[in-house]
Amino acid sequence: MEKKTKRRDFLFTATYAVGAVGAGAVIWPMIDQMNPDASVKALASTEVDVSAVDPGKTITVLWRGKPVFIRRRTQEEIAEAKAVKMEDLKHPEKDEDRAKDPEWLVMLGVCTHLGCVPLDQKGDYNGWFCPCHGSHYDTSGRIRKGPAPTNMEIPEYKFVDANTIKIG
Amino acid sequence: MSEHEYTPKSKVGKWFNDRLPLLTLANHLTDYPTPKNLNYWWTFGGILTFCLITQIVTGLVLAMHYIAHADMAFQSVEHIMRDVNYGWLIRYIHANGASMFFLAVYIHIFRSLFYGSYKSPREIIWIIGIIIYLLMMAAAFLGYVLPWGQMSFWGATVITNLFSAIPLVGEGIVTWLWGGYSVDNPTLTRFFTLHYLIPFLILGLVVLHIWALHVPGNNNPIGIDIKKPSKDTVPFHPYIVIKDGFALLMFMIVFAFFVFYTPNILGHADNYIEANPLVTPAHIVPEWYLLPFYAILRSVPDKLLGVIAMLSAILILAALPWLDTSKIRSAVFRPLYKQFYWILVADVLILGYVGAMPAEGLYLLIARVATAYYFLHFLVVLPILGFKERTTPVPLSITEPILGGSPNLAAVKKKDTFKDQ
Repeated sequence: MEKKTKRRDFLFTATYAVGAVGAGAVIWPMIDQMNPDASVKALASTEVDVSAVDPGKTITVLWRGKPVFIRRRTQEEIAEAKAVKMEDLKHPEKDEDRAKDPEWLVMLGVCTHLGCVPLDQKGDYNGWFCPCHGSHYDTSGRIRKGPAPTNMEIPEYKFVDANTIKIG
Repeated sequence: MSEHEYTPKSKVGKWFNDRLPLLTLANHLTDYPTPKNLNYWWTFGGILTFCLITQIVTGLVLAMHYIAHADMAFQSVEHIMRDVNYGWLIRYIHANGASMFFLAVYIHIFRSLFYGSYKSPREIIWIIGIIIYLLMMAAAFLGYVLPWGQMSFWGATVITNLFSAIPLVGEGIVTWLWGGYSVDNPTLTRFFTLHYLIPFLILGLVVLHIWALHVPGNNNPIGIDIKKPSKDTVPFHPYIVIKDGFALLMFMIVFAFFVFYTPNILGHADNYIEANPLVTPAHIVPEWYLLPFYAILRSVPDKLLGVIAMLSAILILAALPWLDTSKIRSAVFRPLYKQFYWILVADVLILGYVGAMPAEGLYLLIARVATAYYFLHFLVVLPILGFKERTTPVPLSITEPILGGSPNLAAVKKKDTFKDQ
């Protein structure tokens, strides 16, 4: 038996196709409404005055609802971070690439395992230690031991002037 | 639905029933032939229905006083506890009710595992049950976030971050779930909405669960197909109704003990501290009913594989009717399966225990062994057991071992094997 495409088959296919596009056009707004809204996005950058931060101190600021650690590192910490060999790292990143100005480490204070806030000046590598599932980070915020897969994230930031950091 | 015809006695009843056969349905449910040997492990279906209704009613009342906003949620819960008339009672019933719901569902699931209730022809009942169980876990998790305490906030952070393990799209999914860049007000309002929705989805699935049950009828402790109605059955009402009612009263005593004497023992003190996005509590532990799965998650050193293992531990149950190759349903006639069954019970309890402990040293080792055994039970032991095990003879009917007179002489001789069940 010969199967010929009839006019009706074309009409069915065309109807299904238009129906699918219509359904998609209705479903997408329902899904996208859950994404960050304009008011959330409007808070996407924060300026921080760091003039009062002495070497060896960390301040924690809230950016996009998440803690950001701003640490003014000591010379020993910088030396320690720079001395680490790349092959010892689970997620190899040079300290220079993480801290533009070696004295200032600006990073998201969020453990890359499941999102807890690590504790400052704790753990086996003099950096941070996450109390939830035991991840150890070094003085550059790089993962050294424990379940976290990657180093703590460095957000977009820049020095607006000598004392002000703009995050985001 | 019913095989036999039913006609209401009154004229009005007949007039109504011809237009909407609700009375036929009611008659089907009351006269429904039920195996006469159902034991108390079969009363948990009714108890679970009670739990669901309790959660819906108390939840509805709580929603009249609760405010789903990050700045006000914590205060509004304290307002319920201190100011609202009987608010403390309603909230404690709701919070402990969740635990009671899971207690009952675990007994219900393990009863199915023991008596082989998931096997043909009841696979669909079983799979609907697994979906209900998944929805229960979702509802419990979402509800736990609503008081906006420290455990609420960090539990929400950790659980939603599980999705970030998905390659490529993970981070996008997490941002989408949050409606922002962290757990915050948009997360709370959507969690409240979904927490309100899910119980009604569960209610719909419970109707399907019971509908599917009423096609083949109840399994029973000796796991044989029975003729119904026959000498082996009793009508649901009054026999099962009274038995279920008595069991429910016993259950409510346990429930009331928790509500009135130790209402916070199953919760965490940290949740009476308001959510703080800058400080993570020292020990993050889920509620007791999720601990075995939490132990499985943590026992795997890789983030993505840990999440996969945890999900598989639940989803593997849906494949159980096909993984268990034995034709015999009840463990009563499966001497080897019965032992493996109790090992599995112990294994899950051990997983629950190590799930509450820190994931290090000996605890981690135990968690890994117990996780491996959990999967071994379903993927290796059950499929092989169906072929290798020598089962004991199964009676031909429920009454036969007691009254005798069966053509199956071997079954009559062996009646001692099941007499005490």
